[in-house]
Amino acid sequence: MHGVVVDSSPSRAPSAPPPIEKPILRFLTCGSVDDGKSTLIGRLLYDAGLAPDDLLVTLEKDSKKHGTQGDDLDFALLVDGLAAEREQGITIDVAYRYFATDQRKFIVADTPGHEQYTRNMATGASTAELAVLLVDARKGILEQTQRHSVIVSILGVRHVVVALNKMDLVGYAAETFNAIERDFRAFAEHLRFASITVVPLVAKDGDNVVNRSAHMDWYRGPTLLSHLESAAVGDASRIAPFRMPVQWVNRPSHDFRGFSGFIAGGNVQPGDIVRILPSGRDARVARIVTADGDLARAVSGQSVTLTLAADVDVSRGDVLASPVSPAKVGDRLHAKLLWLVREPLVLDKSYLLKLGTKLTPAFVKEATSHIKIETGLAEPLGEGGATLAFNEIGEVELWLDSPVACDRYIENRDTGGFILIDRVTNETVAVGMVQEATSTSRGANGLPESSYASMEGLPQPLARPWRHMPLRSLIKALSWRIPGSLVTFAVVFAFTKDAQISAAITATEILAKIALYYLHERLWTRLHIGFENNDAPPPPDEEGL
Amino acid sequence: MTAVATKQLGHLDRLESESIHIMREVVAECERPVMLYSSGKDSAAMLHLAIKAFYPSKPPFPLLHVDTMWKFKEMIVFRDRRARETGMELLVHVNPQGIEMNIDPFVHGSKLHTEIMKTEALKQALDKWRFDAAFGGARRDEEKSRAKERILSFRTAQHRWDPKSQRPEFWRLYNSRKGPGESLRVFPLSNWTEADVWDYIARERIPVVPLYFAKVRPVVNRHGMLLMLDDERMKLHPGEVVEYKRVRFRTLGCYPLTGAIESAATTVGEIIAEMRDSRFSERQGRLIDHDGATSMEQKKQEGYF
Repeated sequence: MHGVVVDSSPSRAPSAPPPIEKPILRFLTCGSVDDGKSTLIGRLLYDAGLAPDDLLVTLEKDSKKHGTQGDDLDFALLVDGLAAEREQGITIDVAYRYFATDQRKFIVADTPGHEQYTRNMATGASTAELAVLLVDARKGILEQTQRHSVIVSILGVRHVVVALNKMDLVGYAAETFNAIERDFRAFAEHLRFASITVVPLVAKDGDNVVNRSAHMDWYRGPTLLSHLESAAVGDASRIAPFRMPVQWVNRPSHDFRGFSGFIAGGNVQPGDIVRILPSGRDARVARIVTADGDLARAVSGQSVTLTLAADVDVSRGDVLASPVSPAKVGDRLHAKLLWLVREPLVLDKSYLLKLGTKLTPAFVKEATSHIKIETGLAEPLGEGGATLAFNEIGEVELWLDSPVACDRYIENRDTGGFILIDRVTNETVAVGMVQEATSTSRGANGLPESSYASMEGLPQPLARPWRHMPLRSLIKALSWRIPGSLVTFAVVFAFTKDAQISAAITATEILAKIALYYLHERLWTRLHIGFENNDAPPPPDEEGL
Repeated sequence: MTAVATKQLGHLDRLESESIHIMREVVAECERPVMLYSSGKDSAAMLHLAIKAFYPSKPPFPLLHVDTMWKFKEMIVFRDRRARETGMELLVHVNPQGIEMNIDPFVHGSKLHTEIMKTEALKQALDKWRFDAAFGGARRDEEKSRAKERILSFRTAQHRWDPKSQRPEFWRLYNSRKGPGESLRVFPLSNWTEADVWDYIARERIPVVPLYFAKVRPVVNRHGMLLMLDDERMKLHPGEVVEYKRVRFRTLGCYPLTGAIESAATTVGEIIAEMRDSRFSERQGRLIDHDGATSMEQKKQEGYF
């Protein structure tokens, strides 16, 4: 039997190899009550040999006391941790589990099925890259499955595995599997998942969880674990434009001022120009400071401290962004909102909005639509009076007291997701996803191109701001192309004597070269090769023209 | 210059970065944060992360040790040494009522000892210095009720935790808002596992208490646990004998409540290798977790970390 103390005389172990760095996959499990989520996770840990022996002894003891599986082990008890959960046999709050195989490390958010705990389920979904949706083979796709799919989709989880559980209770029938797979794919059509995989399994017996089922020869796909080990989920934030919400200004002494933050998109190197938003000023990155020494480059996912070459005003709540594709700045947000508490949304009431590191008072001006849980599609609401109740999802117009720098949620989770906080109870009352940001103050949104000229150490080639450069470039392109294209037509016609071909070639050339020239011209406005660095005039004030 | 720039971030890089982000958020948004420091391996990793998070500044908060008077002597020595080396301010609090009552875990049992010397003492210390946020090194993989806890865990003015109505926590957005007297417990190592902590200690060469390494030590086998005789306050029961065994500790706490394991691991690398082969969880050496299946949850509701 298992003793409490390890009763062994371990031989002298060789020095361990350096830690093996593996990729992490974060996924969540969700589904209706009694579909067997906790049982599935318990089984996964048990079959993969990842449940420690002393926990299994506790499991045996607990299975006799609270178990719902007769004399068999109740694997759900490996993961249901709260007293109320064990008594009621349900999951209330999201539980995080950690396991690793040779391929990957996994962080699992095991989320509750009850509708009243939907907010805990959404919590688990917000950091997940993949969702395992449990479906009872006897019941097929239920409303709760749809609700979870819609929430998972809205929160931007791109990969879904439908774990079709309790196949033993439908005689391991391929027809049932095929019918439910068809149903789910039809339902999920609007939800824009990048991949949907359906695995038939029996969680309590372990069929197709880690080991292949002996009862379902007709199934040729992967087992659940092998799919989780191999699923390709890209980290989109690495190729996104540079974003770093400033968390903290690091000032150990008067001669060091650094800006600490978590890089939420792209990468950065010393010498890069970053735009400080909302102000719109540009500055050069001087150093990337870490306790391990300065970095030559930092990427999305790293916590760093940047110093800037210029002494510019930067504080918590600002975003440092790529000047080539900066974040949007706005004080009006069009967003999706999931309401998390029993007191419904009150229009025009002041809440606190937290987005990135920015905290600002905000109110919902209007709820424009509800999102129908059966389809995931928005249904427009009438003017005024419409609100959102507990667990409802809708689209709203938010008015902010001060502008924020943000992205659309589908482009960046970190700079596009926000929460609303009740100012009296301090509860988190809603979670939101930005769809569009607009601005009422012209100075904040339409960033003058002159902000380039504000960079320290850069020449200022034009005395006037470059407000009209795009239009000017376009007109220049046209005035150059039209004579050029007439010549092209003449030359082609001279060779081919075919007016149709000449016209086609000319038309193609006009379009292609106008575009090319325009891009070329815009590119040159970004380059400063060949400019003389005369005494640059002082940076212009924010003109906000 | 480091190599991080060109390769993909590994899981330790990601965990480190996440923990640093959490600490900076709390420091930016709370008025009086403090870091609980027990001198165990999780505390060691957490302190190291704090130094990295705020570099070149010093972490802008003090360390707090809630001393029960029954910690291993080596832990206290190590605690003072690390505070000196890092230049961190160290606050130590002992429950004065506990001293008055002369609480002795051998006599009063682990439950009462924990209640008075740890839970009560912690609440006293947080109230005394009016801390509104306390960093702790607990991890979700340690125990089932820990697995359910948020990274920022809200406590009432009475320090109570309500596991049934925790604030939802999305992405990296933490809601640190609270009313007067209310506070936060913050767990920057939430997503780390025991193996991650050791791998990180190895990678970053973080100093840890020598008790983690195997050495011949005087132990007594009591109720199946190997207890180390750390001082003369431990009296032998009839029939008990002191044995000299090569042992080490997988977790550290109060010596009367912490079981040793027989081991030959004398380096961090050997500890990691031994742990990979182990079939037992980390907390099996902790007496207080076996007071009942949900005892940790209950202790946490009452204000235990």
